[in-house]
Amino acid sequence: MIAHAIFFYTFSIIAVVSAIMVTASKNTVHSVFFLILDFISISCLFIMIGAEFLGMIMLIVYVGAVAVLFLFVVMMLNVAQQKNQWFAGQQSSRHIPVGLIISTLIFFEIIIVIGGWKYKPEIFDINNSISQTSISNTHSLGQILYTDYIHVFQISGMILLVAMVGAIVLTFRQRSGLKRQSYIKQISRERTEGVEVLEVQSNKGVKIDD
Amino acid sequence: MIDIGLGHYLTLGAVIFSIGVIGIFLNRKNIIVILMSIELILLAVNINLVAFSIYLGDLAGQVFTLFILTVAAAEAAIGLAIIVVYFRNSGTIRVEEIDKLKG
Repeated sequence: MIAHAIFFYTFSIIAVVSAIMVTASKNTVHSVFFLILDFISISCLFIMIGAEFLGMIMLIVYVGAVAVLFLFVVMMLNVAQQKNQWFAGQQSSRHIPVGLIISTLIFFEIIIVIGGWKYKPEIFDINNSISQTSISNTHSLGQILYTDYIHVFQISGMILLVAMVGAIVLTFRQRSGLKRQSYIKQISRERTEGVEVLEVQSNKGVKIDD
Repeated sequence: MIDIGLGHYLTLGAVIFSIGVIGIFLNRKNIIVILMSIELILLAVNINLVAFSIYLGDLAGQVFTLFILTVAAAEAAIGLAIIVVYFRNSGTIRVEEIDKLKG
């Protein structure tokens, strides 16, 4: 139990500090790196709490794909010249108290809900019937993911397909003045338009491209 | 304090959610950090779902965490594509300079 507490506090402190650094960091590249650190520590928490499959998927999807996508876009767009300012302009600083008030309100609302649950736990009836301890987390997740939730699973596949098509269509750009290889042109070339047989007279030579 | 329960995980989720909301409001630099704050908010929701799923013994929470993960990845891809196109067209992605819809 002590080890559980130590690991929980370590990873959660790392997660909270790196989440603060994501929003407060001056350099956008540093923000992306702190986002990666945040995802890693949260996935460690998931693995510790017993959701191993989700922790690993989190590492693969977020750290391996989404964070690298963010990093790629940050480095592709030239945002490095904006890195030395925290809050640009005076007129934008009036958003700051509004944001602080709203987020503290949301935080205390959630805390009130959690506190009510904590001091009156009999509100919820906890049924442990679904989870089976004999098989692993991945196994049980697969058993219900491909049976009970198969339609939602396929819809999420469609969502990914639409996202992929949308991203490609949005960023695709037909540039003019680019020399490309055209297979159709190459294959349909005939001998008559490529080669010409000339009668070369002696001491005259051949004029090319007249 | 030592006995880690559901409340600790929910509090962590609440803290990260609030930091994400603060990030959306405070950020005036560029719009990519706003997308990262949205990712933080989705992460906090995932923490809540997984914690409830483990402590209530119901696997549906983890299944929905998986779907939230899918939607978050799709959202990040589309959002970053839109940002790339916007940067290509207007040359800036600073939040206070994106005011074309104001008319």
